[in-house]
Amino acid sequence: MDFNQSADENLFDRARIIGKPHTRVDGALKVTGTAPYAYERHDVAENPLVGYPLGSSIAKGRITRMDATAARSAEGVVAVITALDIDELPRPESNVAKLFGGDIVEHYHQAIAVVIAGTLEQARAATRLIEVEYEETPGEFDLDDAWKRLQDRDVVSHVGDVDAAFERADVTLDEIYHTSSQSHAMMEPHATIADWCDGKNLTLWTSNQMIEWSRQGLATIFEMDPEHIRLESPYIGGGFGGKLWVRADAVLAALGSRETGRPVKVALPRPFIFNNATHRSGTVQRLRIAANKDGRITAFDHSAISHTLPGGSGEDAVNQTRCFYAGENRRVAHHAIDMNLPESADMRAPGEATGLAVLEIAMDEMAEKLGMDPVEFRILNDTQVNPEEPEKRYSDRHFVECLQKGAEVFGWSERNKTPGSRREGQWLIGQGMAGAYRGAPTLDSGARVHLQNGRLIVETDMTDIGTGSYTIIAQTAAETMGLEMSDVDVRLGNSAYPSASGSGGQMGAASSTAGVYAACVALQGEIEKRLGIESARFENGRVVAAGTDLALGEVANGEEIVGEDTLHFGDFKDELEIGTFAAHFVEVAVHAYTGETRLRRTLSVCDAGRILNPITARSQVLGGMTMATGAALTESLNIDTARGFFPNHDLAGYEIAVHADIPDQEVIFLDTQDGASAPLKAKGVGELGICGGAAAIANAMYNATGIRLRDYPMTLDRMLDRLPGA
Amino acid sequence: MKAFSYERIDDAAQAAARAFEVPGSKFIAGGTNLLDLMKHEIEVPAHLIDINGTGLDDIVETDEGGLRIGALVSNTALGADERIRRDYPVLSRALFSGASSQLRNKASTGGNLLQRTRCPYFYDPAMPCNKREPGAGCAALDDGADTRQLGVIGTSDHCIATHPSDMAVALRVLDAEVETISPEGQTRRLTLDEFYPLPGDTPEVESALEPGEIITGVVLPAPVGGRQRYYKVRDRASYAFALVSVALVETDDGKGRVALGGVAPKPWRRDDADAELGNGAQAVMAKLLDGARPTEENAYKLTLAERTLAALLAKE
Ligand SMILES: Cc1cc2nc3c(=O)[nH]c(=O)nc-3n(C[C@H](O)[C@H](O)[C@H](O)COP(=O)(O)OP(=O)(O)OC[C@H]3O[C@@H](n4cnc5c(N)ncnc54)[C@H](O)[C@@H]3O)c2cc1C
Ligand code: SF4
Repeated sequence: MDFNQSADENLFDRARIIGKPHTRVDGALKVTGTAPYAYERHDVAENPLVGYPLGSSIAKGRITRMDATAARSAEGVVAVITALDIDELPRPESNVAKLFGGDIVEHYHQAIAVVIAGTLEQARAATRLIEVEYEETPGEFDLDDAWKRLQDRDVVSHVGDVDAAFERADVTLDEIYHTSSQSHAMMEPHATIADWCDGKNLTLWTSNQMIEWSRQGLATIFEMDPEHIRLESPYIGGGFGGKLWVRADAVLAALGSRETGRPVKVALPRPFIFNNATHRSGTVQRLRIAANKDGRITAFDHSAISHTLPGGSGEDAVNQTRCFYAGENRRVAHHAIDMNLPESADMRAPGEATGLAVLEIAMDEMAEKLGMDPVEFRILNDTQVNPEEPEKRYSDRHFVECLQKGAEVFGWSERNKTPGSRREGQWLIGQGMAGAYRGAPTLDSGARVHLQNGRLIVETDMTDIGTGSYTIIAQTAAETMGLEMSDVDVRLGNSAYPSASGSGGQMGAASSTAGVYAACVALQGEIEKRLGIESARFENGRVVAAGTDLALGEVANGEEIVGEDTLHFGDFKDELEIGTFAAHFVEVAVHAYTGETRLRRTLSVCDAGRILNPITARSQVLGGMTMATGAALTESLNIDTARGFFPNHDLAGYEIAVHADIPDQEVIFLDTQDGASAPLKAKGVGELGICGGAAAIANAMYNATGIRLRDYPMTLDRMLDRLPGA
Repeated sequence: MKAFSYERIDDAAQAAARAFEVPGSKFIAGGTNLLDLMKHEIEVPAHLIDINGTGLDDIVETDEGGLRIGALVSNTALGADERIRRDYPVLSRALFSGASSQLRNKASTGGNLLQRTRCPYFYDPAMPCNKREPGAGCAALDDGADTRQLGVIGTSDHCIATHPSDMAVALRVLDAEVETISPEGQTRRLTLDEFYPLPGDTPEVESALEPGEIITGVVLPAPVGGRQRYYKVRDRASYAFALVSVALVETDDGKGRVALGGVAPKPWRRDDADAELGNGAQAVMAKLLDGARPTEENAYKLTLAERTLAALLAKE
């Protein structure tokens, strides 16, 4: 099915099931611990061996010698594969860091060996017996140094005349900001069971957000025909972008299975999540804004740097500045600096999460300089077109309504406007807000549906990383076919199924449901053909047409009917700016003596097209705001700038928000539909919640204390000296 | 994890004797610290002696009007004990500010005292660490190291790690004593100051215990009364080790005692600092933190300690 123009009025506008609050169809499996995760698939891969990786203990250099003799003869060990045993494996384009093989070390905890043994304990103990010698070379690990050295930054785009605009402006801002490197820190580590026993067909039960990309990636790595590779990833304990591509777990498990002729399972140990897998790069950002006295922005000048291994793209923090607010002149530049830290790559709202964390502080600072209310300042500078290309209009943008609704519900007009002047006992109380923008891309998505005896089975390689894909796909299928939720079974995350968008870039919900809709329409065609009818309606579990009124269960006398299709998103979308928007409002308490900062309440008002399921969508925004809280207050991969790694590589040292950090959170969805996005008029919400949230907290802290912090995480040591105490 | 042998011994004196006899022995109580360290091969005991059956899990009154806490009393049971909550509230508060309820259910009084540092380099076997491997060097003291959590006082040129226990800080302010039994069956009592040595050039030595010696309990003197507070400052609201913690006992005559956690290799207290309590937080810290040697990254702990005490002393 082609999606070549904006959706008109359609069946989803009269929805019975779509848009309604259905609890998760996989919820019972999750809470009873019976959803089978990759590392536990002993039902399909019997009696697997266990692999345990060894990571490099230097950041940069060469391995000069490895001796695994002792490890090989250790109790329970079946095989040891070292990096020197094989040539460097080819890398898919999407992977930046080396996966395995060869003597070159590019980053700390790069996998340099795997021990395969009968038990985890045996494998782990034997890794410690491998002797390794290195020739270390100095590396680059300090982003601030790089920022200072940086002369001319690559200008990504320049519209108008920024320098002239700054000269003419009544009010200007020019500040430097820092964001920290962050870890996805998902609960389930990267984990895989691989079966490559015959050396020909490779099956992986793994934890991966993108089935088809990863299947193609494995084909490149192992130089084999993708037809011989099968991936299953039906349940995923969180990904946040950390599981978009193939990582060491899959590669080492596959190598181990080929070597031993047995299924092998590998889970990355927790420290590997931080230094072996990927993370979000920290940034240094300089942001300048120019405005007229009346508050109209005339120019943005935003430059940023982030780190990457050579060949990667880092964390592009300037992108949203090109389109979020009005203003004729703008210049943005992002520089990805080659550094020798582990691979930086996508993490939830890559770019926007860190860019908005800064832009939205700057907007607050600018509003203050102008003597304007920060909500009013944003409303004044709203735009309905992409300001860089004014002919490109926003398909459906209700940012102003988000701001207005949020201000009203939060009680913004009542707030104390003098920073540092509201105190309750030893706590300083402040309120702040920020805007949020995140693009709403879509990807072609396919699905296959089987109807038999009135039951519908949906198959697509779409994944559910805890987001609710199972549920919204069941809703889409039930809605389209006129069935009930209980008539539908959804099967996901298997490379044997038609390929869909996967989970990433908040495109899964709109894309994958579109594919399921297309497949259901194909099925309807098959049913019509079978019955020799036309223009049938599918409702109340029946197919109804002139002269026909039949229960779906009776359509083919128990025979299976199959429909399969892919929804192709047309080029017309490129002429539009399609995005999601939100406004966050936050109240914080900052301890006047110690600087401890605690959230008191948050409100997020979102404009994200049709909300397919308010329960699962709300969870996404809550989770995003929770992650933004971590980014604002505690989360930082600290860098040892001499040794070149993240030393706080466990969940005690890398502090994500815990329950006690999260107070009452409220989410409001505007009742909007965006026909340009997809047939269901839906957009994503998975990444919107993390955008802007950190800045809302920063601005509330400023309102509480009168101390402006521009560096994340905003820990107490950054302001202690300036707090009032008594 | 290295392979090890395991046995259960249900008598403290016998356990001590056995530990002395078998090379590479370690006691295991709740296992919440030891097992994590064994998985990383930071601890590699050849033999584990499980002491959970020794019956050291009572809290009984002493002739002096205090309490004797068995070494195996869990952190949960101790913190919730009515007598502790009434007469030693600083201890109860310190316990409940630590770890999580699941961990506190397993964690024992003896094990808590002997939990090891949370220095990130100690936890990474690829890094040089004098505590893990005497003479290897200290990664935390090298340029560019991540030291925000580490110690500012009582540290040495060989190790700047802190002792992470909250409970021990409260015990220190309460003048508690650790009671032990040796492999020969001798018992002795040590103040917390005596129990915890400073690192000097032997940071691997973390207690005064002799080989085989086992902790049987902790003795609290008769209640000291006063206003008792424990203020633990950390980046997130729960489930994190202290950046700085302050245990305070303040009596009506303006006198009292102060101990600090999160700043030193042991719970940190000085008599001459206690004596300054009537003169405010700054005067106390001038004594208590005299001789501090912070890094650039953790110098904030000096200010934070003073601020935290000031918050406790403020009448608001
Ligand atoms: C995630 C996490 C968070 C934590 N957060 C905090 C916190 O915020 N604050 C805090 O104070 N603590 C915290 N802890 C530490 C926790 O309090 C300790 O792990 C616990 O108290 C150790 O007690 P245990 O009985 O489990 O000791 P074990 O692990 O069994 O033993 C620890 C050590 O003590 C020795 N030992 C045990 N009993 C005796 C005895 N009777 N005689 C001689 N030697 C003995 C053992 O040989 C071992 O060396 C945390 C721990 C974890 C895992
Ligand atoms: S500070 Fe102490 S524990 Fe940390 S690395 Fe140095 S010696 Fe080891």
